[in-house]
Amino acid sequence: MGRCVRFVCNMLASTGAATIFFGKGLLGIVESGRIGRRTVAQIYAIGCQSIFVIMLIGFFCGMVLGLQGYYTLVKFGSVGLLGSAISLTLIRELGPVLTAIMLTGRAGSSMTAEIGVMRISDQIDALDVMDINSMAYLVSPRLLASLVAFPLLTALFDVIGILGGYVTGVLMLGINEGVYFYRIEASVLPIDVWGGFVKSLVFALLVTTVCCYQGYTTHLRRDSAGPAAVGNATTQAVVVSCVCILAADYVLTSFFL
Amino acid sequence: METAWDIDLCALTIGYGSHIVLHNVTASFPAGRISMILGESGSGKSTLLRHIIGLSVPKSGRITIAGTDCTRMDDAEARRLRRRMGVLFQDGALLGSLTVLENVALPLTEHLRLPKELIRKEALRVLGMVELEQVADYYPSQLSGGMRKRAGLARAIITNPSLLLCDEPTSGLDPLTAARMDILLLTLHRQFPGMTILVVSHDLESFHHIADYTLVIKDGLGIFSGTKDAFYASNDPYLVRYRTRSSEATVADFSSTMDPRVSSELSRWLANP
Ligand SMILES: Nc1ncnc2c1ncn2[C@@H]1O[C@H](COP(=O)(O)OP(=O)(O)OP(=O)(O)O)[C@@H](O)[C@H]1O
Ligand SMILES: [Mg+2]
Repeated sequence: MGRCVRFVCNMLASTGAATIFFGKGLLGIVESGRIGRRTVAQIYAIGCQSIFVIMLIGFFCGMVLGLQGYYTLVKFGSVGLLGSAISLTLIRELGPVLTAIMLTGRAGSSMTAEIGVMRISDQIDALDVMDINSMAYLVSPRLLASLVAFPLLTALFDVIGILGGYVTGVLMLGINEGVYFYRIEASVLPIDVWGGFVKSLVFALLVTTVCCYQGYTTHLRRDSAGPAAVGNATTQAVVVSCVCILAADYVLTSFFL
Repeated sequence: METAWDIDLCALTIGYGSHIVLHNVTASFPAGRISMILGESGSGKSTLLRHIIGLSVPKSGRITIAGTDCTRMDDAEARRLRRRMGVLFQDGALLGSLTVLENVALPLTEHLRLPKELIRKEALRVLGMVELEQVADYYPSQLSGGMRKRAGLARAIITNPSLLLCDEPTSGLDPLTAARMDILLLTLHRQFPGMTILVVSHDLESFHHIADYTLVIKDGLGIFSGTKDAFYASNDPYLVRYRTRSSEATVADFSSTMDPRVSSELSRWLANP
């Protein structure tokens, strides 16, 4: 019982601390004079280096949706709707969520590890001593970069996923090509696209905040110290990010439907 | 009038959580001089330095720098103070993702509006002072420990600080490089007469060469604070032992025998590779 209470208290405390952390990161965007170059470097690290893996996952995801969708729809004699099913699932749900989860693993974990190592080797203290705002130096560019990278990669994921569905649905299972694309055009509304876009922005801020926060506070961990703390911080960053993504997805979906 | 950058510690108690590292330490390091904090490994020298820099908050007592109470300072004052400080951390604390040159130039690139070429020239000049121009484009991980320390010192002095704080600048260096480090500090001291230099060390040799004032800490207390001459004149048995590097411990204190079970198992392991 006592442990339960303490767990909840700890969770509330770190949620509050992470929120303040996020606010400082946002402030850093305005304060920092030279954020541009670092942001571009981060867009490269978060975005460009993830393009291939996002395309791969998107393609297979679309193929699986095509197969599953076909065998479900064929029971009702409405395989013509396959295009709608695939595109709506991808654009509204799977695109933003899977992209964010993939980016957590690829980019988020490396943010935590990098900032964590800087923390335990006094590099962040050194920045502060030089009167360089470490939040503006480390966190703000990553926040900005993720706001660019997440939506773009989500869009890429959606498009490639729809192509994957095309491969299974049209090329392998023989649905009419025109019907597939017509259904997509007819059923996807601007609100769906906007919904997915907003989701990817929210996930970007969530993942970056959680991952940077975990790295930045590595030295405060009580379960471990030194390199082990960096490892634990990285693990926790990935787990917490994934939970946050799915929880936020539920909340956002209930707004957009 | 120029500010005098002296540091005063008044009844200072510091530590981590409930673990008290230093208790009730009072000392002063006068402006424009080289002072040295001496103490055994693990006695809390680096911890004290972190508090003077302002990275940690003391449990009680006061740290006064240039007449300003650091424990009761607003943000603007703290930043004003930090801009006048140069700090060499124990292992250099260079940013791993920047080259040595970028590291040394960092305070200038971040704060000043100057052409790139000029900043580069300035950084190379300071790297020249620590004899590191030839590795300017290396990354910190490609340097030796002593080189990292010298690069850290270059970064600390590039802004001409009024207060230079160095954590063990000579430990882990060979005697010749250590001597060069001492000479470098002395040179800075001559070049900038107002600069207060505070060095944390356990190196008696460099203490002898460069220090004017000292604070000796032992078992969580400041047991001596004063000039170098007073340190050499003191009859305190611990200081005498410290000066003469004679430990109370004897060879017998450390000798002990291995458990026979361990030694037999060890010889089995050694015999069967
Ligand atoms: N982050 C920390 N959390 C808790 N205790 C710490 C921490 N850092 C250091 N200590 C403790 O504080 C004491 C003083 O450590 P400190 O690093 O200041 O020693 P030092 O005098 O600089 O030693 P050295 O000469 O080996 O660098 C040690 O007992 C150490 O165990
Ligand atoms: Mg130390």
